[in-house]
Amino acid sequence: MSARPIRVLVAKPGLDGHDRGAKVIAQALRDAGMEVIYTGLRQTPEQIVEAALQEDVQVVALSSLSGAHLHLFPLVVEGLRRQNAADVLVLGGGVIPDEDIPVLREAGVVEIFGPGTLTKDVISFIRERVPA
Amino acid sequence: MFDRDKLDQLRITEREYREKLAGQCKKRPERQESFTTDAGVEIEPLYTPLDLAGQDFEQDLGYPGAYPFTRGVQPNMYRGRLWTMRQYAGFGTAEETNERFRYLLEQGQTGLSVAFDLPTQIGYDSNHPLSRGEVGKVGVAIDSLEDMETLFAGIPLDKVSTSMTINSPAAVLLAMYIAVAAKQGVAPDKLKGTIQNDILKEYIARGTYIFPPGPSMRLITDVFAYCAKEIPQWNTISISGYHIREAGSTAVQEVAFTLADGIAYVQAAIDAGLNVDDFAPRLSFFFNAHLNFFEEVAKFRAARRLWARIMKERFGARNTKSLMLRFHTQTAGCTLTAQQPDVNIMRVAFQALSAVLGGTQSLHTNSRDEALALPSAHSVLIALRTQQVIGYEIGVTDTVDPLGGSYFVESMTDQIEKRARAYIEKIDELGGAPEAIEFMQREIQKSAYRYQQDIESGSKVVIGMNKFQVTEEKPKDLLKVDPAVGERQTAKLEALRARRDNARVSAILDRLKEAADTSENLMPLFVEAVNAYATLGEICDVLRDVFGEYRQQIIF
Repeated sequence: MSARPIRVLVAKPGLDGHDRGAKVIAQALRDAGMEVIYTGLRQTPEQIVEAALQEDVQVVALSSLSGAHLHLFPLVVEGLRRQNAADVLVLGGGVIPDEDIPVLREAGVVEIFGPGTLTKDVISFIRERVPA
Repeated sequence: MFDRDKLDQLRITEREYREKLAGQCKKRPERQESFTTDAGVEIEPLYTPLDLAGQDFEQDLGYPGAYPFTRGVQPNMYRGRLWTMRQYAGFGTAEETNERFRYLLEQGQTGLSVAFDLPTQIGYDSNHPLSRGEVGKVGVAIDSLEDMETLFAGIPLDKVSTSMTINSPAAVLLAMYIAVAAKQGVAPDKLKGTIQNDILKEYIARGTYIFPPGPSMRLITDVFAYCAKEIPQWNTISISGYHIREAGSTAVQEVAFTLADGIAYVQAAIDAGLNVDDFAPRLSFFFNAHLNFFEEVAKFRAARRLWARIMKERFGARNTKSLMLRFHTQTAGCTLTAQQPDVNIMRVAFQALSAVLGGTQSLHTNSRDEALALPSAHSVLIALRTQQVIGYEIGVTDTVDPLGGSYFVESMTDQIEKRARAYIEKIDELGGAPEAIEFMQREIQKSAYRYQQDIESGSKVVIGMNKFQVTEEKPKDLLKVDPAVGERQTAKLEALRARRDNARVSAILDRLKEAADTSENLMPLFVEAVNAYATLGEICDVLRDVFGEYRQQIIF
């Protein structure tokens, strides 16, 4: 029965140094049996796209607390589309005002998980959306 | 501290109390099986003189203003002067932030605290490709002396003290501050303030590093040496536990890792040939005020005592001021909830009170809406008023160290000091803080994950988030940074480059490049470079060429 585990890239785009949330999510997904790669800080959207392709992930989880999400998250989605990897599920997290959420959804970020999110909700969201 | 016969008597009565308690708990169990702080200190149902039997009043507490400073750094603490009320602020352009500064000063704030945007903190000009989307977002964008002049326009630098949260390029921003002061006719020896200048915690927890540890430590000791001569009232570093705690550490780890960083800076300066009593009086610290009230009060007291002992015993410092741990406090941003944000006002008030009871020298109170966005002016005002209520209305400032002598708080103070010491010994074994960055990151990560698991299991209650939730509308009056700020900064930069004496800029940058490769103190060259309107990005690029860049080890 053991299908291939879900592979996730947890990424920090931009210059933001807040990685507590990203690391906690990374560890929680790993504890839930997923294969998780964490990029570390200060990744450009191009670097994130490249890592996603190289690591052959099904999910890219972006974290930003610096307010640069509207600029950076859509660039990752676009980059994946250009590389014929539009099926990769792109998620976002961090300090993201409510009014920005529809804009990000429109740009192809499937879901936004804000402050106070429980890791188990992220885990079940990914499991529901990623085909086994 | 107590009479031995009396203590023996107490042992008997305390046993009786414990037996009675055990009987009662059998009938009706307590709310939890055990009561433990995040740092793992088990809390007893009751504290008595027996818990302090080993304590010596003069050696362990002493008097405020005297070694080991457990009770405070001044003899009369807030009876003389309240702490400096200093709200961290900055967003958009220098014009907008200047306006916020003036507003805060009009509202009774007593010091300034500058938040810089990420490109500034990482030494990129606003038009750098990596600055896209980040300009003016988490702080003010500063590209050159021109922006710094605007930032402090109409604010007399001999009258206010200014704290600047800047680390890797701290020396350059300090040079800009000195240059602005000179233009205002204010001499360097009149300047009061602080630069954070703490690179080790950037590697450990905060992330705005540029250069590798070696050259970074050199920039820091250059600042120590320069300021000792030129700006004697300036705090040359703010050794910061705040961000270590925000990254998820416990209170004990916060004290231990911060003081371990402090030890590394003192050692680096001594190794660079400085005399400890020449620079140590200007070292300052920065801590977090988190939720566990008494643990936090004890933490501040323990940090003060432990640092005094380290400076005296380990470094042989003699000047009383070298032994004093003076600190700024900010309430814990990570405890703010996006849910029911008004409840954050209460969290912040209790956290701020713990800092005051712990003897802080200055304080930033977070705003209720900071889990959602940068704070609005109205939210900042409530946060500042919270400090003013503590300072002026509730009487906690009328005596020194009001919780001193509390069996519980003293016992907790001992516990935190003891546990922090054990961590510092471990870091020493690893070769000191610069060698122990990954060890500290791993320890913080473990604590952060445990904290999250406790929230998810419900064993840690977060009001509005995992208990007492409501359906609610999110607040609408959030501050939004104008997305055009990046373009405005870029236009300003282009105009500056067209206007300034570019030959003079190249000459000083060449000179800086040569000097960076030697052990010459770089501060005077930074002052010269910013006065020629060399940009922060240009100066940092020269240093990147010579020093290289830090590459983070990925730990999770």
